[in-house]
Amino acid sequence: MPPAVVLVTGVSRWLGGALAAELAHDPAIERVIGVDTVPPSPELLGRLGRTEFVRADIRNPLIGKVITTAAVDTVVHMNISSTPAGSGGRGPMKELNVIGTMQLLAACQRAPSVRRFVLKSSSAVYGASSRDPAVFTETMQARRVPSGGFAKDSVDIEGYVRSFARRRPDVGVAALRFTNFIGPRIDSLLTTFLRMPLVPTALGYDARVQLLHEDDALAVLTRATTGDFAGTVNVGGEGTLLLSQVIRRLGRLQLPLPAPTLGSIGRLTRRFGWVDYSPEQMRFLNFGRVVDTRVLREEFGYTPRYTTAEALADYAATVPPVIPPDLVRRATARVQGGVERVGATVDSLGGQLRPAPATPNLQAVRDA
Amino acid sequence: MPEARVIPLRPDDDEPHVPPPSTGSWEEQVAGGLDFLARRLTGEYETDEFGFDPDLTDHVLLPLLRPLYSRWFRVETHGVENVPDTGGALVVANHSGTLPVDALMTTVALHDDHPARRRLRLLGADLVFDLPLIGSLSRKMGSTLACNEDAERLLTEGELVGVFPEGFKGIGKPFRDRYTLQRFGRGGFVTAALRTGAPIIPCAIVGAEEIYPMIGNAKTLARLFGLPYFPLTPTFPALGPLGLVPLPSKWLIAFGEPIETASYGPAAAEDPMLVFNLTDQVRETIQQSIYRLLLQRSSVWG
Repeated sequence: MPPAVVLVTGVSRWLGGALAAELAHDPAIERVIGVDTVPPSPELLGRLGRTEFVRADIRNPLIGKVITTAAVDTVVHMNISSTPAGSGGRGPMKELNVIGTMQLLAACQRAPSVRRFVLKSSSAVYGASSRDPAVFTETMQARRVPSGGFAKDSVDIEGYVRSFARRRPDVGVAALRFTNFIGPRIDSLLTTFLRMPLVPTALGYDARVQLLHEDDALAVLTRATTGDFAGTVNVGGEGTLLLSQVIRRLGRLQLPLPAPTLGSIGRLTRRFGWVDYSPEQMRFLNFGRVVDTRVLREEFGYTPRYTTAEALADYAATVPPVIPPDLVRRATARVQGGVERVGATVDSLGGQLRPAPATPNLQAVRDA
Repeated sequence: MPEARVIPLRPDDDEPHVPPPSTGSWEEQVAGGLDFLARRLTGEYETDEFGFDPDLTDHVLLPLLRPLYSRWFRVETHGVENVPDTGGALVVANHSGTLPVDALMTTVALHDDHPARRRLRLLGADLVFDLPLIGSLSRKMGSTLACNEDAERLLTEGELVGVFPEGFKGIGKPFRDRYTLQRFGRGGFVTAALRTGAPIIPCAIVGAEEIYPMIGNAKTLARLFGLPYFPLTPTFPALGPLGLVPLPSKWLIAFGEPIETASYGPAAAEDPMLVFNLTDQVRETIQQSIYRLLLQRSSVWG
């Protein structure tokens, strides 16, 4: 049974807006309500279609009124901030993530109309450390429980959502653990990081990176909202790349720096509002993280259209490379041409110095 | 077309494609090197979810290890026919030599001396992956963390997995204890083999004990650096970096007959007595095989 009234939090961000727009196109859904603290950009507003926008803070009990008066039956919680930069510092970020989720869940628990809750979670809940198994399945837990930042928030949020599911067993709860998003339109931590021409990384470490294309992220969210999957599922593209490989494929320059100096660079770039190198982001860049997607393909029933490499290639088309791959190929081809010429000269010189043995004089033998 | 199906162009399509190292005239070698360089600069090579980089391994890491393998240690391998050509199997070996050179040599042995050129996927301690450079290079060479999740995933994918159950107790033991096997961990490798039904191949390595004879252990320094031991050898740290040159002992690596585990069924992994017995059986086989190889070797420098 498709949902009648859907409430999407965090609708002013790219992914939230895209999901609301997608749902608004579905005639089976009566109403789509988008909630955010800031109004969507005019360009996004145009795409939102018949989505009703409510400017509200999920930390405010007002959200409860919105849910009950509109008789919302499906709530998609996407208002989770992954960087302190976007929400005005770590304090407000944690406030929005944790307290906001608690308020939203409290409102949902009181609303009898709610029968489905979809959480946009993150594979950051698995942490990132040298003691991790290479591939995480949904049943595994972080070997080192994240001590702060977005990962800690994600763990806390999932905990609150689990207790909500216990208290309201009639509500189907789906927690989607996304890997890093990438694509031409989405604005994620990784896309800003990789847009820099000179990408600083930790010297001597190379993370395994698993990416998810924005179109696949959108398709999974739509399916989770309109379908009936309940439980936790890892969402990521097939295959992995190493961070150094990602940087090379994008034609960027890698700048390996000793890990301690990266911390001070992080503070500097955060002050200027460029890229945020938080300690947990650092750990991710050191070790990386890969998740198993069997549940996504077999139980959730969706196979991502883009593999990690294809998703990266699609993103690469929008970032002009610093070192174009053609240049590399032309340069190596030219060197090879030179080598061949040298080889040919050496051969001919060798031929002149050591004349080929003269063919023995053959005489026609008269027939007997 | 219901009968339409995908026919892979390469027979073994799940293996990442690596262009073979070029052998032949120097021009071809230069061309191969340039090709490799272009691939590395543009990132157009494949790596797997464990961080294994076959392109780098085949073109850089293995060629670097080969002189050490054939010239320095003059490694002789026995019983490669006991290692299956395809499918998952667990190679269990003794560990020694202060630095894990034995793991690297076994990798070269299975790649160069096995007809199917098998890649050994080593399981390493978490300390290895904590270290900068060494950790990432180990992953690129195909190693991963020694934990049951990774071992079982690799075995299920049909990989040849290498494990040294003695761990630091084996590699960091004093020289006077050479060629005596230490305790075999907690038998985690046996449960991994039982759950996946992979055969266990006992492997004995002789020669690694003498490369860095550890005559002392500076425990205070080890604590300071957060290491399990800090070796003192006749040449290290007395001769500085020169002390890092391994002594050229003669090496023998022997792969024993596979111990089959599939008939016990995956549920047998929950039977601790069976796990203990199998662990002991593997340990005893390797110990006996070490004694046999030691008799075979005419002298340490052979």
